[in-house]
Amino acid sequence: MIWWRDVLIIGLIVGLSIPLGRYLAAVMTGQKVWLSVVFQPVEKRIYRFLGYPDTPDDMTGRQFVAAIVAFSAISLAVVMGVLMTQQWLPFNPNHAHNVPWDLALNTAMSFVTNTDWQAYSGETAMSYLSQFMVLTTQNFVSAAVGVAGLLAVICGFSRKESATIGNFWVDVTRFTLYVLVPLSVVLTLLIVSQGGVQNFAANHLVQGTQLPSGPASSQFAISLLGSNGGGFFGANAGALFHNPTGLSNLFESVAIVLLPAGLVVMFGQMVGRRQAFVLYAVMLGILVLAIIGTTLSELHLGQHVAGVAGSTAFEGKNVVNGIGLSALWNTLSTAVSNGSVNASLDSFTPLGGLIPMLLMQLGEIVFGGVGSGLYGMLSFVLLTVFISGLMVGRTPEYLGKKIAAYDMKMVSLAILLPPVLTLTSTAIAVSWPGIGASLTNTGAHGFSEILYAFSSMGNNNGSSFGGFNGNQLMVNVVGAVLMGCTRFVPLIAMVCLGANLAKKKQMATSSGTLRTDTGLFAVLLLFIILLIGALNFVPALVLGPIADFLTAR
Amino acid sequence: MQNIFLAVKKCQPQVQIKNPVMFVVYVGAILLTVIDVLNAIMGVNQQALGYNVAITLILWATVLFANYADAVAEGRGRAQAESLKKSRHAVLAHRLDKSGQAVDVTSDDLQPGDIVQVTAGEVIPMDGEVILGTAAVDESAITGESSPVIREAGGDRSSVTGGTTVLSDNLQVKITARAGESFLDQMIHMIEGAKRQKTPNEIALQILLVTLTIIFLIVVATLLPFSQFANSKAAAQTITIANLAALLVCLAPTTIGALLSAIGISGMSRLNQENVLAKSGRAIEAAGDVDILLLDKTGTITLGNRQAVAFKPIQGVSAHDLAEAALLSSMADETPEGRSVVNLARETSQMTIDTKHLTDPVFVPFSAATRMSGVDIQTDHYRKGAADSVQHYILSLGASWPAEATSFAEEIAKNGGTPLVVTKNATVLGVIALKDIVKPGVRDQFNALHALRKMGIKSVMITGDNPLTAAAIAAEAGVDDYIAQAVPESKLAVIKKYQQAGHLVAMTGDGTNDAPALAQADVAVAMNTGTVAAKEAGNMIDLDSSPTKLIKIVAVGKQLLMTRGALTTFSITNDLAKYFAILPALFVGLYPQLAVLNFMHLTSPKTAILAALLYNALIIIGLIPVALRGVRYRELGAEQLLRQNLLVYGVGGILLPFVVIKIFDMILTIIGVK
Repeated sequence: MIWWRDVLIIGLIVGLSIPLGRYLAAVMTGQKVWLSVVFQPVEKRIYRFLGYPDTPDDMTGRQFVAAIVAFSAISLAVVMGVLMTQQWLPFNPNHAHNVPWDLALNTAMSFVTNTDWQAYSGETAMSYLSQFMVLTTQNFVSAAVGVAGLLAVICGFSRKESATIGNFWVDVTRFTLYVLVPLSVVLTLLIVSQGGVQNFAANHLVQGTQLPSGPASSQFAISLLGSNGGGFFGANAGALFHNPTGLSNLFESVAIVLLPAGLVVMFGQMVGRRQAFVLYAVMLGILVLAIIGTTLSELHLGQHVAGVAGSTAFEGKNVVNGIGLSALWNTLSTAVSNGSVNASLDSFTPLGGLIPMLLMQLGEIVFGGVGSGLYGMLSFVLLTVFISGLMVGRTPEYLGKKIAAYDMKMVSLAILLPPVLTLTSTAIAVSWPGIGASLTNTGAHGFSEILYAFSSMGNNNGSSFGGFNGNQLMVNVVGAVLMGCTRFVPLIAMVCLGANLAKKKQMATSSGTLRTDTGLFAVLLLFIILLIGALNFVPALVLGPIADFLTAR
Repeated sequence: MQNIFLAVKKCQPQVQIKNPVMFVVYVGAILLTVIDVLNAIMGVNQQALGYNVAITLILWATVLFANYADAVAEGRGRAQAESLKKSRHAVLAHRLDKSGQAVDVTSDDLQPGDIVQVTAGEVIPMDGEVILGTAAVDESAITGESSPVIREAGGDRSSVTGGTTVLSDNLQVKITARAGESFLDQMIHMIEGAKRQKTPNEIALQILLVTLTIIFLIVVATLLPFSQFANSKAAAQTITIANLAALLVCLAPTTIGALLSAIGISGMSRLNQENVLAKSGRAIEAAGDVDILLLDKTGTITLGNRQAVAFKPIQGVSAHDLAEAALLSSMADETPEGRSVVNLARETSQMTIDTKHLTDPVFVPFSAATRMSGVDIQTDHYRKGAADSVQHYILSLGASWPAEATSFAEEIAKNGGTPLVVTKNATVLGVIALKDIVKPGVRDQFNALHALRKMGIKSVMITGDNPLTAAAIAAEAGVDDYIAQAVPESKLAVIKKYQQAGHLVAMTGDGTNDAPALAQADVAVAMNTGTVAAKEAGNMIDLDSSPTKLIKIVAVGKQLLMTRGALTTFSITNDLAKYFAILPALFVGLYPQLAVLNFMHLTSPKTAILAALLYNALIIIGLIPVALRGVRYRELGAEQLLRQNLLVYGVGGILLPFVVIKIFDMILTIIGVK
């Protein structure tokens, strides 16, 4: 049975996420933890650097949004600036050229938005400075920005009649220092122990083949932990020096889901364990179903070729991992908005490729991105509460907060924008003159390649199906706009929601209140996610993977 | 018939734009009509013309059905308003000028502050407040209740409504409203739905529906490039504007979109049928959320006056003697308490004594100084009064006070009653127990209250009594909690306290001193018999002035919200079946293998799309009765309610369209559509 490895990995994720979630709750509420000895002086110094004499004051929603926008705009400018001038900057042993403006824009937006869509190959296109200084920095802080957004929403539920929702800089600083830094050090050491590359040497030419080099393991570690997914090398987790052994594959698979799952536990610590348990169960339920679906499709729906053991489903997969672990990794990394890949999705069976695509199209809420996954899930929770809350004869409320018109407006923005923009940009791409030349396939599979690319950018996942050359002016520009809008509009909408909810009174609960911590609610939530989330993409999926599946038979 | 006419009349753009979901259908219908006409004139695409016209007609039908639902709901309100309008016509008023001379003017010319004279048989010209006189007034024009009510100057029964008739005596009324703004006018507007504004929850739901519509608009619009990418030649055949419009109309939440405002209007008219007038739709929604009902003890739970329930004679005194003394001492006591003593004495001891049997009685009326009343008949002095005053009286006469009287008095007080001591010639005969009597029928009404408890609604009795008495009455009436020793101002404090703890509070009130509390409460029901101040402070007015009406108001509010939620769920879950009907039909031309998705085995793409579209239109008509009378309402906990509504409207919403679309497809096939 190949399933024992799936069970082990899921078991490790669940087992580790619980203590991690408790730790997260302590850190993010400013309690002393065992790492405080090391990091508190650094934390204080950062606040002083930002101009605060002591721990910064809480912000209003408006201030919080302004901080997000300012921080992200500066990040974008810095990343673009370095990429477009890397040729003249130090740490460039492989003599990478300056990145053209459209690719620089796309890449900068991609890393600032926690997407890590890569229309380049790291070993040739990027200098070490670009990779380990600017892109890696974004891997840390873009994840922390997501968590700041999540904490703003949580404040909305946990605070009563409050004008403030915490401080953006405090959230980002604490999460980076106390959580991301230590975890990525540990994971880097684990990857290096398995043979991952970590140096500043130039690529080696061995027997006519370029053996890539560089500070790869540290960048890959944070890109897994922070739901970024961008590889130092173009082949991502399929590259030998990123993921050398079965054991490294195990660590890395766990690392993908660890923080998004831990944040759900943290949510439970902050607003009520049973509430979080329902969300965790729904997320885990969808994840497990998706893993089973992808794995079964890869195992049984590949075409068998006479004289070859196994099926064509082995195409594009690393033999170290085989079918099972490839299906598992790519399901995990699309459920979580990670986007790293350890196999070629283009070669997956049509239905095996449909499931990762659908996981992204649901809006990256099955654990999802660090921070963004849970606030995305909360927007679906509010939608469910709104519809089902009415059915018990009361105006809707969640965690004691009434959900009124303004709140629905914000929820609607967060839910509406990603599918609308994903579909629109896919439509632009398929109508683009000469688009066929950048595809390796035509017909339904070719459509899948484009749909996957824009679903990935439009939900800040960043994983690539392959088979579609993304580095062209139109895709770079449309993609950058798409990634920017689908990250920041929902993020800002949810922060505004949090600020509005924080101002409200906490309603008393009674037997007439819709309970949101029951099995019935979990089923309802699951149903609403699938119905609303999937209905949007069913026609496109029918024309892509489903037609692909039916015509290939 | 009139409704059909109104439905057509509502097809104007400025009416349609108010409902964004249906506006999309409306625009689609116009667009298709233009295309059909152009095709017919230019003679292109003739073979598909019949089919396209059929789709166009169904879209128009969908728009009309939505309008029809509105018209029906508004029509019910109009019928209620018609009867009110009859009593609104201008009447002659006798306005008093500064010197007190009556000048005849029409009611339309009256201004607030004017004083008018109304005599028996005349109609009160405008809303106002009685400043002089007492009269019986027939208010059946607004309440439908035929027995007259008393209106008098001062106190809590001073407000009169224009259009009601004075039956006896005469009144001087100070006008408080202008023509066209009177209570009756407001009521007519409200019931007609003319001034209806969207309520907060309705707006929030509308946002959700618009969001879904936008998403589906994009889903449908992008299908054109997507299918052209797959196979541009085949796409031109099936991905037509008509088919895409059909898909959009099926996916957009048209069912709830069409019925949303009808649900709101009929919620309002259900409340009107209970003889309650809400000043805004917001108040009805709040009624669904209320979880504390604040009930006045007096008038709501008890009759408002104490009644004699038992005689307790001192040892050595016969029950007959005590009853006789009690009767005599109460003979002249015209208070309800006094009369109840007389009644009890007559019932228990078959006393037949009447005033006329007495020889030269000298009645001693109740006075604040002595706090006793009684009668002197020749040399016999009968007295009754509060225990402490009687004790004082006895001791001052040098007589002795039996310890037994004290213990009786204490026992009665402990049980929530009030003791009155009866004496004859300075000898204590015994004690009368007075008790607050819980209104007959209250228990029945409060059974409904018990049911409400399952829905998480708590009833709280508020009373000026001491905690002991309050507890006894609360237990007897079956309310959940009580607040004792309350003064008029405590109502406001209590409401604020509950609201601070996150509760929504409903209360009824009629007095001027209730006004601040009414203004603070989330659902504030003013009695129609109450003062102008109370009516202005409340957000609902109960024309029957029934204190237990709150229970029905809560039910109407909850049912309104449930109906909205249930039909939204139904509308959204319907999409599943519609997808399965339409998508294979649309795409089978591009990829013939997609025919396997047509597991309903619909005959052809045309029948499939027509069947789904027909279902989508007819379900609106089918659900109008549900929108009008509301979904089934029962007092259950949230969990059970959700389960039940989900089963009917969620699971039902998934299954029903599969069945109906299949049936429609079969019918279309039989009549020869290919």
